[in-house]
Amino acid sequence: MTQTPQDQEYDVIVVGSGAAGGMCAFILAVNGARVLMLEAGRDYDPVSETPMFDLPMEAPLRGGGTPEKPFGFYDATVDGGWQVPGEPYSSVDDANFLWWRARMLGGRTNHWGRISLRMGPYDFKPRSRDGLGFDWPMTYEDLEPWYDKTEALIGVYGSNEGLENTPNSSPGVLLPPPAPRAHELLAQKACRDLDIPVIPAHLAILSERQDHERWPAELFPNNPLAQRVTRESMQSRAACFWATPCGRGCSIKANFQSTTVVIPPALATGNLEIRTDAMVREVTVDAQGRATGVHYIDKNTRLDEHARARVVILAASACESARIMLNSKSNVHPDGIGNGSGLVGKYLMDTVGAGVGGQFPAMENMPRHNQDGSSGMHLYMPWWLYQEQARGRLDFARGYHVEFGGGRGMPGAGAFGGLEQFTGGSYGRAFKEDCRRYYGSFLWFDGRGEMIPNEDCYCEIDPDGVDQWGIPTLRFHWKWSDHELNQARHMQHTFAEIIEAMGGNVTSAVQDDGADAIAAPGQIIHEVGGAIMGDDPSRSVLNQYCQSWEVDNLFVTDGACFVSNADKNPTLSIMAIAWRASEYLVEEMSRGSL
Amino acid sequence: MTEPKNSGTKRALPVLGEMDRREALKVMAIAAATPALASCEPAAETGPGTVAPRSNPMARGTAFDPDLIAPVVPWEPVLTEDELETLASLCDVIIPADEVSPSASSLGAHRFIDEWVSAPYDGMRQDRVLVRGGIVWIDREASTRFGEGLRFRDLTDEQKTAICDDICYGPEAAAEHKVASRFFDKVRDLTATAFYTTPEGMEDIGYVGNVPLPRWDPPPPEVLRHLGLE
Repeated sequence: MTQTPQDQEYDVIVVGSGAAGGMCAFILAVNGARVLMLEAGRDYDPVSETPMFDLPMEAPLRGGGTPEKPFGFYDATVDGGWQVPGEPYSSVDDANFLWWRARMLGGRTNHWGRISLRMGPYDFKPRSRDGLGFDWPMTYEDLEPWYDKTEALIGVYGSNEGLENTPNSSPGVLLPPPAPRAHELLAQKACRDLDIPVIPAHLAILSERQDHERWPAELFPNNPLAQRVTRESMQSRAACFWATPCGRGCSIKANFQSTTVVIPPALATGNLEIRTDAMVREVTVDAQGRATGVHYIDKNTRLDEHARARVVILAASACESARIMLNSKSNVHPDGIGNGSGLVGKYLMDTVGAGVGGQFPAMENMPRHNQDGSSGMHLYMPWWLYQEQARGRLDFARGYHVEFGGGRGMPGAGAFGGLEQFTGGSYGRAFKEDCRRYYGSFLWFDGRGEMIPNEDCYCEIDPDGVDQWGIPTLRFHWKWSDHELNQARHMQHTFAEIIEAMGGNVTSAVQDDGADAIAAPGQIIHEVGGAIMGDDPSRSVLNQYCQSWEVDNLFVTDGACFVSNADKNPTLSIMAIAWRASEYLVEEMSRGSL
Repeated sequence: MTEPKNSGTKRALPVLGEMDRREALKVMAIAAATPALASCEPAAETGPGTVAPRSNPMARGTAFDPDLIAPVVPWEPVLTEDELETLASLCDVIIPADEVSPSASSLGAHRFIDEWVSAPYDGMRQDRVLVRGGIVWIDREASTRFGEGLRFRDLTDEQKTAICDDICYGPEAAAEHKVASRFFDKVRDLTATAFYTTPEGMEDIGYVGNVPLPRWDPPPPEVLRHLGLE
């Protein structure tokens, strides 16, 4: 009898194919492990599927957002958004948590903002500094080499400025940052007087091609297979040609997507098998409670399947991984696998978000020129008030950074909407003149701030909920603390100051109540926590290598392991942590411990 | 380096002057490999042996997974040809032809508004009521003010302006014109979206991006001068 794929035992099952899943599969495959990746969405190929230069007028509603495509028609996300058909979730009372998912190979890495900021030394020891939240079971120095490796592997542009808690990368790791746009220079000048640093942003975009001779050997010494597939992968990627939005994906592979940067070289090893449309329901265990594999629903046949492996890695996104753990109940793990501490699903965090817009007379009637650039930021403002905070001069404990953009982008759905508040209602030839005058004179400032974990923010299995695959669904609880609300207020007042310092006019409300300023929980799509790591098995779910304290062959390598949620966007840290955990796993397997 | 955007080929190639030949070929190869780029080339201009992808076989074709390479509007337009005629004349009052660019209706702005108000989403359903009601109102206003049987489309420019001046700015509109001013606002916003998302509209305001570049340069000196940043 021939062996069916279902009977085969793999070394490792990786659940999920995004930042964490892609990285784990790549590192394990280049180290010779036989890996099965299970992705809940469809196969996806950015090289053939990305509508790079297509104009809004070719799309329905000029490409504007709809409930099915919230970030617009051309956004890379497939079968995703705040709602996924047939896969509901709920919130208690007025928690109103928004859960973004992307059911596709590569997950959210296909559309993400590419902002790649390192957490700094303070960010790993927040409780030691201000008594709030938790310390990580590792230091910045522990993760620093993995940040270097990750940045070199995926390609990140930026600069080393040596600012407080805003780490430098090792020499030669970063690609050169692109020259700032006109409005970015204008903001930089105005912020000098406000003592707000405006420095090159770090984005996972190739401002030039990677050094495919240097990096494979440095990243993978003594591993010819890893060097070969990495070299081929780097050679297949073009540098950014400074056009088209990264959120559509990139057919020339100039930015980081799991589907262009880590999955292809992982497949090239011959050690990775991918099953798409495979929605994992639970981790299966033996009599001793060790993981034996996973049950998943084949979305095409709607049948339950089982896959076996020596090790299971959950990298399905913070909340989805928590959901799988909570749904994995057995005699040994009555409250869900690895949940002896009762902390699975607890301490969910998102990023604090609040923004203010402005119109700038100095930018009216600007000479025409191309401002597309990398499509993301060339400059940003890192948090600058650490010392004020240490002296107790602010009414919130943690920092935020500022992202800003606007200017002369490609007009899309909503172009020149609401212009009457500047023109007094012009129409006709005067309206056309007004559009020429005001085009490119609007900017938006967004704060992205640290949320402190609290007891009131968590997810659990909804006793009344089940999705179309028969899998129990999640129910969310949420409550901001004053730290987040006061921070959101501070953001809005600061942005109004910056706008005025630039000679501009504030065009949106500036709230005095942080509750009116702050974005809904989940809306910033930085949800982390739910299976936090730590030093103490009674107060954490995982050790510092993302390994379950109770089930030694179960790992959770996505944002669920986060202990805090610094203002630094989480994706780069997820990848660095996942790489470090994968190397640990490789060592444990080669020592025979697993 | 403004590219003519109203030609049949929407994508302009980069300015190649300062690239060496190898670099130039690479950029062009990258551009040519882009399915979207290929799909908008006229078939006759596609060289022998090249196959321009015109759809994405991997897409499921649902609202959550539409074909991004060959988009379709999956709902039927609801406005009548008669309504569209009134709407087109209003679109052209809002964005008439001038020395720089053509009129809104000549680029199909009224057809886009039809697409918008026919969409199966809550906001668009509300807009449908506002726009259809407004069309009836503005035609009736034409006959009330300027003669039985006249429609808005029949009026002189001065007559059209007389009506539109009353409804073009909500905060200053008379009480009896508040609702009509919301209609005018909506049509102005949708006309602007329709017009400025065309190559002609982008050329008008000076959007010169969406072209692959061999390198990224700082803003030109005249821009820095304009902002006082020299």
